[in-house]
Amino acid sequence: MTGPAPAGTPFLQVRDLTVSFRTDDGVVHAVDRLSFSVERGRTLGIVGESGSGKSVTSLAIMGLHRRGRRVSIDGEIRLDGEDLVTAPAERVRGLRGQRMAMIFQDPLSSMHPQFTVGEQIVEAYRVHNRVSRAAARRRATELLELVGIPEPARRLDDYPHQFSGGMRQRAMIAMAVSCNPELLIADEPTTALDVTVQAQILDLMRELQKEFNSAIIIITHDLGVVAEISDDILVMYAGQAMEHGGVEEVFAHAEHPYTWGLLQSITRLDRQLETTLRTIPGSPPSLINVPPGCPFHPRCTYRELAGPAASTVRPPLAEASPGHRVACHLPVDERRRLLREEVTPTL
Amino acid sequence: MARFILGRLIGGIVILWLVSVLAFVLFFVIPKALGNNPAVLFAGRSPDPATIAGVTKKLGLDRSYVDQYWNFLRGVFAGRHFDSGSDRSWCPAPCLGYSFRNDQPVWSQIVDALPVTASLSFGAAVLFLVVGVSTGVFSAVRRGGLFDRIAAAVSLAGVSLPVYFTGLLLLLLVSYKWHIIDNVHYVNFTHNPALWAWNLIPAWLVLSLLYTANYQRLTRASMIETLGEDYVRTARAKGLRERTVIGKHALRPALTPIVTIFGLDLGVLFGGAILTEHTFGFRGLGAISIDAVNTQDLPVTMGVTLFAAFFIILANVLVDVTYAIIDPRVRPS
Repeated sequence: MTGPAPAGTPFLQVRDLTVSFRTDDGVVHAVDRLSFSVERGRTLGIVGESGSGKSVTSLAIMGLHRRGRRVSIDGEIRLDGEDLVTAPAERVRGLRGQRMAMIFQDPLSSMHPQFTVGEQIVEAYRVHNRVSRAAARRRATELLELVGIPEPARRLDDYPHQFSGGMRQRAMIAMAVSCNPELLIADEPTTALDVTVQAQILDLMRELQKEFNSAIIIITHDLGVVAEISDDILVMYAGQAMEHGGVEEVFAHAEHPYTWGLLQSITRLDRQLETTLRTIPGSPPSLINVPPGCPFHPRCTYRELAGPAASTVRPPLAEASPGHRVACHLPVDERRRLLREEVTPTL
Repeated sequence: MARFILGRLIGGIVILWLVSVLAFVLFFVIPKALGNNPAVLFAGRSPDPATIAGVTKKLGLDRSYVDQYWNFLRGVFAGRHFDSGSDRSWCPAPCLGYSFRNDQPVWSQIVDALPVTASLSFGAAVLFLVVGVSTGVFSAVRRGGLFDRIAAAVSLAGVSLPVYFTGLLLLLLVSYKWHIIDNVHYVNFTHNPALWAWNLIPAWLVLSLLYTANYQRLTRASMIETLGEDYVRTARAKGLRERTVIGKHALRPALTPIVTIFGLDLGVLFGGAILTEHTFGFRGLGAISIDAVNTQDLPVTMGVTLFAAFFIILANVLVDVTYAIIDPRVRPS
């Protein structure tokens, strides 16, 4: 066990993370040289379309990819300074559920249908804590109470199918936070829930973060969720980072054409329906044949302005303003002009 | 839960009753309608009309079908008289009638044969369930690996080779060539448990080989499915040890289809493992039913049929109850 990292190093630091899967059709480059970090008490929102590598990234951090002939993971994932990529599987298992925990999208399929909610929370707690069954059960009751489930002592013996969707996600969160994890990863935690319940779950996560001072990564395709809960935002496309920065900065001064596309495709009630909803033309690329150069260039409206490099050279994730990084070939002044003159009027 | 079990039991009894009606029609109504008088079958070789008339009266074949069925049912629950005037006998409950061939009560023949079949089936079932499920789990966890490929080949051989081939081959080697178990025969458990098991081993192996292959494949397929479920990923995300993830979170739901098939297989086996019994010369229910069919011994055929039906229905009820224990979603609240 390595000691706590020296001051100044982020709690979770991902550097040049590359995840690829060998399939019969070729190598799938699911995540390609991705770097970001999250501090304790902060929330990072990772957004992107399906297949952009968001979930693969989170599973890599949790060590949930089955390493072997088919999956290869390179780069660094440092949790409190300790590299998880090179750590033995048994070591990572000990950290899972203990220092880092995960909440999944569909609480119905993610909870075991044949064990009671209580049994599942007790199990999560007892793997990492040497306590009696009775003590773990008391802890489970507290946890259910903490996540706002009425009559927690009684509901402990219910099965997941006897819970409503929102209650199930609360129970799932109770299970995830049972060992006070310092890093909590939520993969589309509200996608399967209706809107009012979504807001409650986000509130709950915020409260828990205050209580435990944990780092949170929230994975979503819903920019509204990111705006509501995140401090930072990471926009992913084809397994690569396109834009990264503080939420307010990125929402107000987005500089990547892909981010513009995402912002334009948000439905808004306060806008006249004189035009149909904007979408990004084309569809995400195959991760087996990722376009050379900027992966987004085939769908980019402004690729002519970027010159021939767009299809040959991969743009680096470069700082555009302090703490705001963008991977785009367009000159910075050009991007700001486009945002001002062409994009902002359509938002 | 008690009400659930009671409901299933009542359902089972109704089905058993329907089977008994069907068997009665099949064995006593249809032959007669086709001009095949059961009394002639009973009376022996080239009987005279007086004997036939006596037998008809004794078996009650001169009465209406409803009366005959009623007498049969009464015999099962309360015992009955067989009365031809001069020849009068009392058949105590549970009475399934007398064999046409040797005049022995059908019930006692079944009771004699049952331990043989039960020993054979139960031993084989334990063997194929344990071996089949464990190798299936192992294959699923290491799918595509060496063990999985060898298991697939052995499985294919297992389901393809008939019992009368593997059984005779094993007997040839074990008994005639290597003299490990000379003169394989059935020994009563109460007489000598060690000899009982020793003599049954070849039959258990042969019978279970056939089923092990099926259970291996079924478990493998079922486990591969559950290993891909979201809740198994959750179990790993909690930091559980891999053996807990596999042996608890993935195996338990994977057992549901296996329990279904196991119940049915066990029911069928208890009705008589005909080929295996025949190959090893065991006088179990299977051997009795074959003899009864060959000699048109209607009461024995009917008795064995009802007995087999009883086991299959019982197995089904047990499967339903086990289901409710394994999976809370089918449990009545």
